[in-house]
Amino acid sequence: MTANPDQAPVSLAASAGPGRDPVLDIRDLSVVYRTPGGDVRAVDKVNLSLAPGEVVGLAGESGSGKSTLVYGASRLLRAPALITSGSVTYAGRRVTKPVDLLRLRSDQLQKLRWREIAIVFQSAMNALNPVLNVRDQLLDVIHAHLRIPRDEARDRAASLLDLVGIPRARLRSYPHELSGGMRQRVMIAMALATDPEVVIMDEPTTALDVVVQRDILSQIVELKEQLGFSIVFITHDLSLLLELADRIAVMYAGQLLEVGTSGEIHHEPSHPYTKGLLNSFPSLRGARRELAGIPGSPPDLRDPPPGCPFLPRCGYGTSACEEVDMQLLPVATSKDPDHVTACPFVLPGTPSPAAKQAVEPAQITEEPQA
Amino acid sequence: MSEQSVSNGQAGTLTSAAAARGELAMEALSVSKDFRLGRGQTLHAVRDVSFNLYRGAVVALVGESGSGKSTAARLLAGQERLTSGSIKLEGKPVQVSSRSDFRHYKRQVQYVFQDPFASLNPVHTVRYHLERPVKLHQGKGTDLDTAVTALMEQVRLTPAKQFLAKYPHELSGGQRQRVSFARALAAKPSVLLADEPVSMLDVSIRLEMLSLLDDLRKRFSLAMLYITHDIASARYFADEVLVMYAGEIVERGPAEEITQRPAHPYTQLLVASAPDPDNLGSTLRRGSGPAGNGSGRTAAAKPQQAGQVAATGCPFSPRCPLAEDRCRAEDPALIPITDTRGAACWRLDVAAPELVSGQP
Repeated sequence: MTANPDQAPVSLAASAGPGRDPVLDIRDLSVVYRTPGGDVRAVDKVNLSLAPGEVVGLAGESGSGKSTLVYGASRLLRAPALITSGSVTYAGRRVTKPVDLLRLRSDQLQKLRWREIAIVFQSAMNALNPVLNVRDQLLDVIHAHLRIPRDEARDRAASLLDLVGIPRARLRSYPHELSGGMRQRVMIAMALATDPEVVIMDEPTTALDVVVQRDILSQIVELKEQLGFSIVFITHDLSLLLELADRIAVMYAGQLLEVGTSGEIHHEPSHPYTKGLLNSFPSLRGARRELAGIPGSPPDLRDPPPGCPFLPRCGYGTSACEEVDMQLLPVATSKDPDHVTACPFVLPGTPSPAAKQAVEPAQITEEPQA
Repeated sequence: MSEQSVSNGQAGTLTSAAAARGELAMEALSVSKDFRLGRGQTLHAVRDVSFNLYRGAVVALVGESGSGKSTAARLLAGQERLTSGSIKLEGKPVQVSSRSDFRHYKRQVQYVFQDPFASLNPVHTVRYHLERPVKLHQGKGTDLDTAVTALMEQVRLTPAKQFLAKYPHELSGGQRQRVSFARALAAKPSVLLADEPVSMLDVSIRLEMLSLLDDLRKRFSLAMLYITHDIASARYFADEVLVMYAGEIVERGPAEEITQRPAHPYTQLLVASAPDPDNLGSTLRRGSGPAGNGSGRTAAAKPQQAGQVAATGCPFSPRCPLAEDRCRAEDPALIPITDTRGAACWRLDVAAPELVSGQP
């Protein structure tokens, strides 16, 4: 486990990539799913960059394309998925010059995968091999991607477990003998086995309960500080990202609607969808507030409506929204030029109009407490 | 009905915070469930748990995986046999020895499962899922089409026609869970046991589903047991919160009080573990590890190790930062803090001094 000497300290101000050279730079990426009924535009011209040591959160509902975006960028998708445009530039410490992942030959890609970009999959139960014990799975990864002798590989497997806080005695355990939290830790150990520079985490804690979730998240952050990798963290739980991520990208219907630092997204959300997401989770602390949720469901991506895809569910919507050009532009009132939104009409302070009643109202009405 | 008091084993009497909402519908009286693990080992999944459900009120059962909350609900649903204790439905002890008794019981007590992807049969349409319980529970004279359409409207799956012919895989997670709700309502129950009904759904949909449940509760004055590990949703949705740990209720009381001023160290850990966006100097961001959060994350509550439940004493004592000799020797009963609130902890004077001042 080599520490990264030139890793910049991560602070609250560790905002976007533009200042520093990004380790991963996704430009103009589009992914479609070919179906007999037409192309489903799962990811539509998305730009996203990841600076060294940064945690970028990707938030959105199921089907918003967040997994497709990162799997597409790491070329893990199979037909019927098809990358139709874009580039994904990877510039890690170990590569001599930046490479475009989308243009690599498969043998070149093989060298990069897991070695440079590793993934923690969502469902540890399905992602681990049920007939191999923990040590064999770790050895498998190590031997596949690193050329090191057997003894060294075994030592490495054991030290990986130390790293994620699992007793070494568990090396001989099979996945079904581990708790959900431990399985997820093994997944993290596997991802870190080759000391990658970018770790993609696809809802790594969604199936876990809150106490375990918090333990694992603090462990992830600790490991990140220690080893200096960057994280793309995918989740539908925006409240989690606000605490964890440096920057948050909000995705909807295959497009990014808003990108900004956690602080900006939390206190100055600009896009109506972000505002809706922020108003969707009950808060544990502070006064009880009226929760609105986001009524309705995402559009059909086979034939997306023109203009803003969120329009049918948007409380602020006007006819101008049908022609809006979905470009991420700086929020006019924000001091941070990297806080960008696709909605040119709604500013952070704009009061919320009455929610559209066409769809069902979704409010938990407050009643006097017994 | 608010006079109804809840007794919890050895503890004194507490009034349920949900009691003011409506009539008593269901009582669990010192309910226990043991599972034999083989080799002479026994797992005490539910230990001496008592609570009441009232018409039109929501009682939330909060705890982590393996705390016994689902087993408690399955006991109420008649899916598991009690090891000891009893369950009363509308004042009468429940006997489900015969098939017709069981069916009659099921008519009043319905269960909604966590995972709408697994609880609907993939080879049958929505219509089939709803017609069956209607035939079974509403009798032969019922007009199936009308009944099914009415159910679909109750859960706001409209237009009903469009959805009836669909298969589960053609529906979104939220729509599937609506079908589960409709299926439970087909029996016209008085009690609804909802086992993590929203935890598999997207955050943005959860609220809609909870508000739908809330609406159904009011409309049919359902007595609802809401099982969750998300204590924040219990704050908004439930009248009374029961916090379970290792099969025992370790704290209970009005939802708002429990979430704002948790007394038991375990409840404090649960509350501190919930994501907190306002906490910008969060432990997560600084990566300083699990300990040392100013907001009361109990100084160093240790992560749970498998099987780490004390054989004697307070079940939380191995993880509890406040544990002392007494905690490891004797299991505390629920100690009343107010009329409606109690916590099973020997060290309440340290864990929540502001709550017990004035108490002996």
